[in-house]
Amino acid sequence: MSVMKRLSGIVQAKANKVLDRAEDPRETLDLSYEKQLEQLQQVRKGVADVATARKRIELQAQQLQASATKLQEQARQALAQNREDLAREALGRRAGIAGQLDGLKTQHEQLVSQEERLVATTQQLQARVEAFRTQKETLKASYTAAQAQTKIGEAVSGISESMSDTGLAMERAQEKIANMQARAGAVDELLASGALNDLTGSSDPLQAELDKGSRSSQVDLELAQLKAQAAPAVGAGVPATGELAAASSTPPSEVEDADGSEEEPVTGEPVAPPAPPPDLFSLDTGGAS
Amino acid sequence: MIVRVLEEGQYELDDAGSARLDTLDSVLEDALRTGDEDTFAAALDAVIGEVRASGRRLDPSAIVPSDLALPAPGATLAEVRSLLLDDGAAPDEPAS
Repeated sequence: MSVMKRLSGIVQAKANKVLDRAEDPRETLDLSYEKQLEQLQQVRKGVADVATARKRIELQAQQLQASATKLQEQARQALAQNREDLAREALGRRAGIAGQLDGLKTQHEQLVSQEERLVATTQQLQARVEAFRTQKETLKASYTAAQAQTKIGEAVSGISESMSDTGLAMERAQEKIANMQARAGAVDELLASGALNDLTGSSDPLQAELDKGSRSSQVDLELAQLKAQAAPAVGAGVPATGELAAASSTPPSEVEDADGSEEEPVTGEPVAPPAPPPDLFSLDTGGAS
Repeated sequence: MIVRVLEEGQYELDDAGSARLDTLDSVLEDALRTGDEDTFAAALDAVIGEVRASGRRLDPSAIVPSDLALPAPGATLAEVRSLLLDDGAAPDEPAS
């Protein structure tokens, strides 16, 4: 029974340290009771924290879903504009979102089960605190009886154990929350960077390309219409075109090759290989004089 | 014998149940030693399953110490290892 025996010893010892301070067993009972009440408060807060964490994940999942829908729509738009490259890009990003969602799903499941367990813990703890309150008064009243001492010891061990169990449950819940927050932070950054979320906004290059695409096809259309209108009146040139053409023509400047392979005056030092940095500075990146 | 499943509660087991736990405990220990996450998860599931199946759940208001304790359902290998190291005893992790 090595693992389970060791674990039980560890669990009991954990809270005993806290309760050991009282000298009178009756004080230990009161202290145990107070500690349990404190713990009950903590567990209730823990339940709230886990719920908050879970909701944050749900919110993020919603945002990611919305992004995925937008990307799908953008892929469709891109294809309509014969921009397969953009469609590919949009679908690629969408696949990235699927990966993020997978991760969120796992965490969500963990948080849900953690939440359920903490709720159950709260209920159990509540029942135990109630039972202990009556029990400790009885034990205190009969303290003089030799038998009571053993009973107090047992009750305290039992309570220690359940307290450290609760403490461990809280630790685990907090760890889960911390993990979640790390991931949530990363997803938030991703969303804030515009890589996923702001696809319809001006900051999104993909959307900008698509907009440009639809703008330029609009421009082509209007241009065609204008040309059609202008066709009968030949010779009515547009002055702006000439200016632009003139401005863009720059004479090619020839660069002369200096072919003189002059020999450097020999000063005694070898020219070519740069000396390797002395070992003294090999770890130091700056400040070498 | 009273067994606590962490984060779940206490169970009372008869001798036959305790004997079966004994076997499963060594499986759990082996899994901890080899460090294989899947083997460990399966072993933990098996032990907890045995406790739930053959044990009688104690009323949560019962205030009694347990003889044995089991990690919480779904606890990872790393979590259990760090828990076991908590007692200050010599770590028996394999050199990684």
